[in-house]
Amino acid sequence: MASLYPAADGHHDDGKPAFFRRWFYSTNHKDIGTMYLWFGMLSGLIGGGLSFMMRLELGEPGIQFFTNYHTYNVFVSMHGLIMIFFMVMPALIGGFGNWFVPLMIGAPDMAFPRMNNLSFWLLPVALVLLMTSFFVPGAGADNGFGGGWVMYPPLSTTGHSGPAFDLIIMGLLAAGFSSIFGAINFITTILNMRAPGMTMHKMPLFAWSVLVTAFLLLLALPVLAAALFMLFFDRNAGTGFFNPAMGGDPEMFQHLFWFFGHPEVYIMILPAFGIISHVVSTFSRKPIFGYLGMAYAMVSIGVVGFVVWAHHMYTVGMDVDLKLYFMVATLVIAVPTGIKIFSWLATMWGGSITFAIPMLWAIAFIFLFVIGGVTGVVLAMPAVDVVLHDTYYVVAHFHYVLSMGAVFGIFCGFYYWFGKIFGVMYNKVLAHIHFWLFFIGVNLIFFPQHFLGLNGMPRRYVDYPVEFTFFNQLSTFGALVTLAGTAAFFIMLIEAFIIRRPAEDNYWGEGATTLEWTLPSPPPYHQFNTLPRIK
Amino acid sequence: MRASFIFKGLALSALTATALFGASHFGLDSALAEAGKPTDGALYLQEAATPTATELRWLHDVVMIIITAIVALVTGLMAFIFIRFNKKANPVPSRTSHNTLLEVVWTAAPVAIVLTLIAIATQPLYNQDVIPETEMTVKVVGNQWNWTYVYPDHGDFDFTSSLLPEEDAKAQGRPYLLAADEAMVVPAKTKIRVLVTASDVLHSFAMPSFAVKIDAVPGRINETWFVVDEPGTYYGQCSEICGREHAFMPIEIKVVPQNEFVAWVQTRNPEYAAAPATQQDASLTPAATGGN
Repeated sequence: MASLYPAADGHHDDGKPAFFRRWFYSTNHKDIGTMYLWFGMLSGLIGGGLSFMMRLELGEPGIQFFTNYHTYNVFVSMHGLIMIFFMVMPALIGGFGNWFVPLMIGAPDMAFPRMNNLSFWLLPVALVLLMTSFFVPGAGADNGFGGGWVMYPPLSTTGHSGPAFDLIIMGLLAAGFSSIFGAINFITTILNMRAPGMTMHKMPLFAWSVLVTAFLLLLALPVLAAALFMLFFDRNAGTGFFNPAMGGDPEMFQHLFWFFGHPEVYIMILPAFGIISHVVSTFSRKPIFGYLGMAYAMVSIGVVGFVVWAHHMYTVGMDVDLKLYFMVATLVIAVPTGIKIFSWLATMWGGSITFAIPMLWAIAFIFLFVIGGVTGVVLAMPAVDVVLHDTYYVVAHFHYVLSMGAVFGIFCGFYYWFGKIFGVMYNKVLAHIHFWLFFIGVNLIFFPQHFLGLNGMPRRYVDYPVEFTFFNQLSTFGALVTLAGTAAFFIMLIEAFIIRRPAEDNYWGEGATTLEWTLPSPPPYHQFNTLPRIK
Repeated sequence: MRASFIFKGLALSALTATALFGASHFGLDSALAEAGKPTDGALYLQEAATPTATELRWLHDVVMIIITAIVALVTGLMAFIFIRFNKKANPVPSRTSHNTLLEVVWTAAPVAIVLTLIAIATQPLYNQDVIPETEMTVKVVGNQWNWTYVYPDHGDFDFTSSLLPEEDAKAQGRPYLLAADEAMVVPAKTKIRVLVTASDVLHSFAMPSFAVKIDAVPGRINETWFVVDEPGTYYGQCSEICGREHAFMPIEIKVVPQNEFVAWVQTRNPEYAAAPATQQDASLTPAATGGN
């Protein structure tokens, strides 16, 4: 790549182009990864801000801020879409995937650097489209789209006649294509560019997790794209795919959506699984226990994840035998998930554990993911789900696996690789404050929501009966604690970049054994000009 | 094992403290949910009003015990590991990375748990989902943002049920956002079939204490059922996002003794002459009498 953009004066440097070329024309996997991380952080602030407003509204019964109830629904919908497509996915797959898949497998870069550039730059475009939708008419005279991140018709077709939802369709299509290109890139890179001697069964688990994720993206996202196109045509071209008056069926959309939507859940959590494995192994100073079982557990989670989608739809009025099938298939996922949890525990067993910051996030991840996992078992049973479906129990469940699973995985990876990515170390005290405030905060937000759900409080409600007051107040208090935690994160970030404590090549010591630790921190602009040989 | 025991003790006391705090905050009674409506600070399901809800509660109790045990096991193991295998206690790490027997065990144990869960969850599903011979039908139509109730067996009359405004709810001492201006009225001890559809967008007809939740879908008629023994007023809320006033279309069901139900029907539809209770099965006496 350096030869494409030679430095103007022709003298030898490390090949970094000038600022504009480096960041705007970027084809370097590390630079693109860094941009993905900053982009994810920005989206996280937007999406988190939306949810904070929602929690403030729900702090007391009655209407606090959202005198236009539709605006509340818009916040709910956009919080989901932005957090999923513009925060978790860019950070985990685009950010850490781009940075560390090539480094871990000993490759100089991604297989298709220019497509990598396209993958990234589609995302800001998509986010702009989504953000614009806030300010154009959605339902009647009300601005924005308030149909939930699931976008079920007819609310998303006849229920939202304005252009806001068309902007969201186009934004999501752009984000979807970005992910499909990224997936093609990762699959090609991982299958073809591993260093000599690195067989599939010697490949680090994070690379495994991204490989499985990439296949899920490649198979699931086209289905979402198709469903979005069908919505677009129903809205604008007079078709009736989901319109019963024209022989269509609104429930067909739900099947298409969740055929994408359930694998999407694993798309968000599998890369975190990969990160946790490395962190647990590093800080226990022990190799990963049951490596093959761990790799194939992820493969089987990915495969089974494609045949369980209708457990999101137990109340649509489906046949009872079908419900039984989806219950059984869903419960089966508990088996590979159990293998992962116990293998992490066994990796720690007999280890010499240091409780460094990344390890705290990893431990919290395992503990909270177990809680989110077991409530998933409860929801998998249609006979119980009939009461819990579309209540705050579901909100609590999926935030335990996402807000505490995927997000804790992101922070875990961020602190683990912070010095490697930026070449500077963070302040441990500030990082501790961030961790503890965040850990306590999110648990205060979401644990009480289990009780609200059991007691019957429906989701996506701008106002609730006084009978739900207490736990809503507690939950909103948790949001304040989490806000303080987020502030601590940014203070940590700013402090680290002002003080600039230099990071060593391998600052975690002997436990960190993957290839990125053989390179300087930050790694050179182009690495592995001579490919490493794996014994 | 002492360490894990201490940790479990801590976890248990934390849970108890939370529960007691909730209880003391609202008086001990309110920690237990009453039938028909939510209770502030309640930690658990609403009290069951139908046999299916009773069965659901039993199933949830059993599953709750299993998942609590799983979380306790993982927590205990983690606490033990942190105390026994931290850097100070165990400076030299082992290099073990395989143990076939262990791996077989932690694959087989979840399989056994999953099989148990499937075994206990299947019959309640069929009991709930397979609709028995019912004695009368109510048709429910979800609209933005109210419900229409139709009584096809009693002369096909219908009415619309909307949110009871806040001032009226206060004046009448009824729960705002749960109470409706017109309740759906059904007789007690009667198996009722509910047909659910929608006129515009998706809605969901939900009644937590009945273990009833079924989506209202335009162009589709969904079916569910319930039978309630105890007369009383029961509350639910729309459970599928349906636009601006999604939170403002409650479901109120009044369950009354059979004779009161007949009297209520006659106020609604004066032409309807009470048919003997035994003949109210829709399949036997279609459209009952009068009406149209």
